[in-house]
Order: sequence, then C-alpha cells, then structure tokens
Amino acid sequence: MNAPLILDRRRMLAGGGALIVSFSLGSALAQQQDAPAASAPSPPGSLKTSPYLDAWIRIDANGVEVFTGKAELGQGFKTAFQQIAADELDIAFESLKVTTADTRLTANEGYTAGSNSMKDSGTAIQNAAAQVRALLIAEAARRLDQPEANLRTENGAVIAPDGKRLPYGELVAGEMLHVQAQPTSKLKDPATFKVIGRPVPRVDIPAKVTGGEAYVQDMRLPGMLHARVVRPPSYGAQLTECDTAAVEKLPGVVKVVRDGNFLAVVAEKEFQSIKAMNALAAAAKWKETASLPKQDDLLNVLTSLPSQDTTIFERSNPAVTGQKTIEATYTRPYQAHGSIGPSCAVAQLIDGAMTVWTHTQGVFPDRQGIAEMLRMPPARVRLIHVEGSGCYGHNGADDAAADAAVIARALPGRPVRVHWTREQEHAWEPFGPAMVTKLKASLDGNGRIADWNFDVWSNTHSMRPGGAGSMLAAQHMAQPFAVPAPRPLPLPEGGGDRNAIPFYNFPNARVVHHFISAMPLRISAMRALGAYHNVFSIESFIDELAILAGADPVEFRLKHLDDQRGRDVIEKAAHAFGWKSDQKPPPDRGYGFAFARYKNLAAYCAVASEVEVNRETGRPRLIRAAAAVDSGQVVNPDGLINQIEGAIVQSMSWTLYESVTFDDTRITSIDWQTYPILRFNSVPESIEVHIIDRRGQPFLGSGETGQGPAAASIANAIANATGKRLRNLPLTRKRIKEAIDA
Amino acid sequence: MTTLKVNGREHQVDAEADTPLLHVLRDDLKLNAAKYGCGLGQCGSCTVIVDGKAVLSCVVPMVLLEGKQVTTLEGLGTIAEPAPIQRAFMEEQAAQCGYCIPGMMMRAQALLQKNSKPTDEQIRAELEPHLCRCGTHMRILRAVHRAARLMDTADALPAANGSAR
Repeated sequence: MNAPLILDRRRMLAGGGALIVSFSLGSALAQQQDAPAASAPSPPGSLKTSPYLDAWIRIDANGVEVFTGKAELGQGFKTAFQQIAADELDIAFESLKVTTADTRLTANEGYTAGSNSMKDSGTAIQNAAAQVRALLIAEAARRLDQPEANLRTENGAVIAPDGKRLPYGELVAGEMLHVQAQPTSKLKDPATFKVIGRPVPRVDIPAKVTGGEAYVQDMRLPGMLHARVVRPPSYGAQLTECDTAAVEKLPGVVKVVRDGNFLAVVAEKEFQSIKAMNALAAAAKWKETASLPKQDDLLNVLTSLPSQDTTIFERSNPAVTGQKTIEATYTRPYQAHGSIGPSCAVAQLIDGAMTVWTHTQGVFPDRQGIAEMLRMPPARVRLIHVEGSGCYGHNGADDAAADAAVIARALPGRPVRVHWTREQEHAWEPFGPAMVTKLKASLDGNGRIADWNFDVWSNTHSMRPGGAGSMLAAQHMAQPFAVPAPRPLPLPEGGGDRNAIPFYNFPNARVVHHFISAMPLRISAMRALGAYHNVFSIESFIDELAILAGADPVEFRLKHLDDQRGRDVIEKAAHAFGWKSDQKPPPDRGYGFAFARYKNLAAYCAVASEVEVNRETGRPRLIRAAAAVDSGQVVNPDGLINQIEGAIVQSMSWTLYESVTFDDTRITSIDWQTYPILRFNSVPESIEVHIIDRRGQPFLGSGETGQGPAAASIANAIANATGKRLRNLPLTRKRIKEAIDA
Repeated sequence: MTTLKVNGREHQVDAEADTPLLHVLRDDLKLNAAKYGCGLGQCGSCTVIVDGKAVLSCVVPMVLLEGKQVTTLEGLGTIAEPAPIQRAFMEEQAAQCGYCIPGMMMRAQALLQKNSKPTDEQIRAELEPHLCRCGTHMRILRAVHRAARLMDTADALPAANGSAR
C-alpha cells in the first residue's frame, strides 16, 4: 500500500475530517465500488457512485488516461472531458487519452442521457483530476522533503523550486490513485484555465472525414461473419412456418438462427447475408394481429386510455382572480429518432464469455439485460461502447446488441456483425411517445396571468434495458421475456411531465400528469423526452395569452419570470435577433420567440425565429434563428454552439414534417420516403447561437435544451405570419394551408 | 472476378455480379468512408465519385462499374495530408455524429470539380439528395464554401488518386 495520507487541512475541514483511503490490495477494477462513508458529504457528479479516483484518471509510465462511463454519441464530450482533465491536471491536452464506456474498464454511469454527461461525468473528471493533482503534489513533497506550497505543476510534472521536474508517471506507484474522492476539491481558478472555455477542435472529426475506422459499423474483426435479422412484419406477429432449407444452401450462408419468432441468417459476406435475409423473409409466414390505434385520432386514443393521474404542482393565491380565460389542446404524434446509420453491433462468444461492441447509451444496464437474456452471469458479459450514427435517444442500438449476442452464441468463437436495414430501424425503433396537453389560463385586469392549468397525457419516456424484456430479441424468443411494466420517470427531471411545471411565476397554477401505461406503439426515450411537447405547448400558449393581453411576447415572458439567468438568455436572444416590441415582419413572414430552462434545473435556452409561409401552398420555411444559451461553465464553446444549432435544425424537422404512420396492424413509415425529414432546400439562411458563459458555475449540459424552445419559436412565428394558431404537431404544409383557407 | 479501379488502384474483386458497389467497397476493399444508410438511394451516405460524377453506391451493382474510375473519400487525402474538402470540414468542425458526412463530402467534391465557385443556392440544390439527422447543415454549407476557396487557392496541393481531380 503506497497511498500517502494527504494532510491537507483545508480539505480535511471541508470533508468533516473524513479522510477515506482504500486499503484494498486486490484488483483495482474501477467498477468495484464501495459507497462513500455515510457520515461524509458525497463528492460531486458521478464520483458519488464511483468514488475511486482511478475509476476516472489512471497514470503510469506510458501516460495519463481519462475514463468516462458515458458514451460519445456525436455530442463531442470526449473532447470536452479531455479539456477538463488537461486543465485540472496541468497536462498538455494532446498527451491525454480518453476511454469511454466499457463494462470492464470504466465507471458505471448508467445511461448517457438527459443532457447529464457534463454534469455527471464532466464534474467527476474535473474533481478527480484536481484531487489526483493534489495527490501528485503530496507525493512529490514527500519525496523531495519539501512543503507542498513550494511545488507547482506544469505540463505533466511536479516542479520543484530548483526547477527539478518529477513527471506524473514517475510519481504514481501501485495503488496510489485507488483512493476514494474527497467531498470537495481544490479546483483551478477559472481565470487560469488554458483549454477549458476554448473552441478546441473535436478529437474524433479527423478520422470521420478521412475514412478512418470511426463507428461500430466500421469494425472488422478477424474471421467476422455478417448477420441480418428477419423481423416480424408487425408487433406481436407469430412465425407460423419457415422452410429454411433453401436459404441454408445460398452462397456464403453459414447458419440460419431461429428461436421462436426470432429469425436471423449469418453469412460470410455482407451482401450474401442481405440476399439470404430477403430469401428468408420470403419463406417466413407470419400470423399478424390488428392491434394498432387510429393514427389520425391520437387525441381521443390517448385521453381515453386508462391513466394514473398525479397533480404534480399546485399553487394558489385566492387574492388573484382571472377575468379573461382561454383554453387550448396541443398534440404530438409518435416521432422517430431516425438515425442515418441503422443500428449495428458486433458480438463474439469465446470460452463462455460474451463480448458485445455496441453503440448503446448504457453499457452497464444493457449488459444486465443481455446477460439475463442469455442466462449468463453478468460478469461473463462485457459490453464495449463504440460510436454509432447519432441516436438522439433510445433507438435500435440496444436491440441490435441483443441480436448480435443471440446470434454469436450460436456460432462460438466467430465474431458476428449485425446491421439493421433501413426499414427495420424505421419500423422497430422505440418511437418518441405521442402526447396530448390541455391548457387553460386566465388574465387578470392588468394583463398578467392569474391562473394556469396544464394537463399532460403521455406514456413513460424510457423503456430502456436493464431487464431483458426491453429488447426485441428477448421478446421474440420461444421462451420470451415479458416487456417490463412501464414506470413514470420521477420528478424533478420527469418523463412525460418533463418541463410540464411552468418555470414562470403564476399566482395560481395546477399541473396534472396523466400517466398512460398501455403502449399501443413501441416507445422509449427521444431527445428531451416530454419537454419537447410540453415546452412547445407552454410557449405556444404563452404567446396566445400575450396576444390576448395585447402584449409583446418577449416583454410578456419577462413580466412573469423572476429567474435572473432566464431573463438574461431571453434578453440576449431578443437582442441578437433584433426583436422590437413594435416590429412588423415583411409580408408572409412572422417572428416567434420561446424560452425554457431544460428540466427546470439544467441549461437555459431562448430562441427567436423568422419564418416565411407561402400562402398559396402553405409551405413554411425557417429563414433565420437567433438563440441564446446558458449552460453554466462552458468547456468548448464551439461544441456548445454545434449542439444548439443542431437542436434547432432537428427540432424544426420534427416540428414541421415528422410523424410515424401506421395502419391497424403495421408501421407504414418505414423509410425516408414514407417518413420525410428536413432536406437542404429547407435549411435556414442563418442560425446564430450566443453563449452566456458562467465561469466557475456547474456544468448544466446542452444536448436537449434547444428542442422545445426551437419548436415553439417556429410555431409562434407561423402564427405571427398567418394569424392562425396551429396546435397539432407536425405543423405541415397541408395543415397550414387548411388553417389559412379556413 | 471483376476488375474495379478504386482510388487509382486496380482490384480483382470476387463478389457476385449484383453486389452493390457499397458492399464491395466496405466488405471486399475494407474501405470505411462510404456508409450504409438506407440501401434505397434515399439518404446519400453511400455517395462516391464514379468518372467524376457523384453516385449512390448502395444502388449501383458492381458489374456496371468495370472500366470506370471509382473514388472514395479515402482517395482524396489523409489525416496527415488532407484534401481541401477534408481540411474544410475539419476547420469548420462540420460534423456531429459524422455518419452522413463522407457522402456529403463526395457530392460536394464532384460539384467543386466541375464548378469551382458555386453559389450557396447551387450547393444547397446539389446536396438535396443528402440527409443529416444531427442538424449540422449550416456547418456543412460553410465547409463546402470553404473548400471551394481552398481549392481555388491550393491547386498546387498534391493531386489525389483516381479520377477525382
């Protein structure tokens, strides 16, 4: 045991004197976690659940490596984490290596979701790095017999007053970093940051633009086979007959795997597996059941299903009463994640141990599900995250991982790569749930909102694995695993009720969450969860009330908002856009504004937009948008801008074009023709993103904060351009045309 | 055996004649850049250049390509020596997940080869067959404009393989 005791008095005091040093001489496996001592305040971010410093930072003679249990999904946080560690460790950015989610190597950080990666993992890495730096200084002080105060760190080494350098790699020995984190850290003064706050180029982009191996889709292991799954034609369909003999004789075919309704084929080459899949699909006979609801009547479908109703917010001030009352109903259809690259995974069973390379958002929960499905102990299953195409939530990634594992089990020793087809991704991914909101509010005599009622009907917004039953392969097996009972996601983050509670200050308010457990369509988490529709509804209705009050929408919002950071982003976006209370848009154009604080506890975002509507065709086009965002301390400003730009463009696509279609039996939106999304002819002329950097403040995340404000801003601009309010998503050309002609 | 000329080199490919070019590139030649997105010619992520024209490699059978010059993103440049279009996408940080980007780059490259100073409208029209789900469109447009400027000033850069230039 070489871990030195760190007698830092300030930290000892801050930690209530609790100095916890692990005396474990065994394996330093990061995921073998003990909870921090109950009496001590817990350390920040994911250090709470993975307190050992070497779960995050490992140093040896070869260099310094940073670990995160989160999965890079194209958000760019791998680069941001590297920036954070570089500054807190005083080491060159380029010399660091960041390893992402891997059940053997990294901390268990659950899912990469909810815009929580910076808050959870970024915070953990920042504090772990600061504490490791303190340990390195303490060790150098011991070796040099110098007071710590005489030592400083620079470029990967502790520097003595005489200029002698002790490189970090020489200072770390044995289990020195296998100690539990202290509750507080001596973080760098933000004024001294060298790389945090700078637009460092993303580390993953060079390989992606030169044909490097960048995705799980690009993996080629020695002896790898290609598999394709034949999915049922509809939910619940039963395979009644399948003569596989002819398929097994096709060129290159190695095996047909059938287990109940799970059907797959494996071949030596990829196109051979595709041809065999088509032949197998033609040979398979299915018995289908008409079980889907009416697509064009989702309002009644959802509000008629049994629901568990909870009043999640209530405020009352009988002294304030309303005079003018309006009400409105808003709906959102089922919408698809629509990853450009269909889901893919590679799996290999060697000596009874299964390894799966996957673009899942949660290697640990997904491992649990796969182990349960395979009836193997979790310790014999390893999941390694490898980037895939952007997922924007729970798409087919986990299902593809399960498919690969089931097929690889039938071919021990051989790595098996499964790639879904476009049609499978579109038909089988778990969709973003359809939602209904009903709003009712009154203005008092001064044009202020006196009371506010908000009801939201929704399924859960997460059916992610953890149990095997979440995954298609397990559901389709001869001995199937049941789909786990859905549960509402708890507040304050919430699921269907995410952002349902108004962030504005209303004297009387009531919010009711109608949680629907029946899931007519397969659904799960999609970027921003319920916040997309709830913010669309709230921010559209605020505009309806502003119009009723004869007030400017920006001033009207400010009038009801106390939160200073919220007010700042609203003012910044309005100013950047050139918003004026007496503005008059050009003919057939409209201006719109919207704001939200994501989950009411994360990043603040306001979006102003200008939309043109062709009155002849109804076609809307976003001309320009100006956004402001406060995400706390900014690590990589260009990365943050990229996230918000992307959020606005993607949300615009959801809002104007997208809905999953289905008949009484099958999903019918099964490719890009039947599920159209934004194309280049509809891309705006400009999108400006303005950052309010809160130096030294906690990271608030940014991946999902733009979805709701962008949608409502565009909807408000369409209402401003046409004089007609559209409340049913998507705001299609046809619906706008009908509203204009009505 | 089919002889295919890819990125300036001849390859003997042992694949069935109806195999789409995409799968030959990925499976037989082990090239990563052209991506499977839909297999239906709807998304553009598989785009490569054939005899100077942008082609959706997921719907073109290999047998039709004998004697033609195929260029993939790998044929334009490398991380160490990126082609102007690659430099431009790096400099504009024009990617989020990046899966659709190689296809976009190949169509943009084909455009810039025949029109070195395209207007914004021309670039948008040209990229119409391509989908991006992350919403990186603004950066993609900026990167193509930047690539046009870089190619304009950097004709002296070493020529890439194949027919791309």
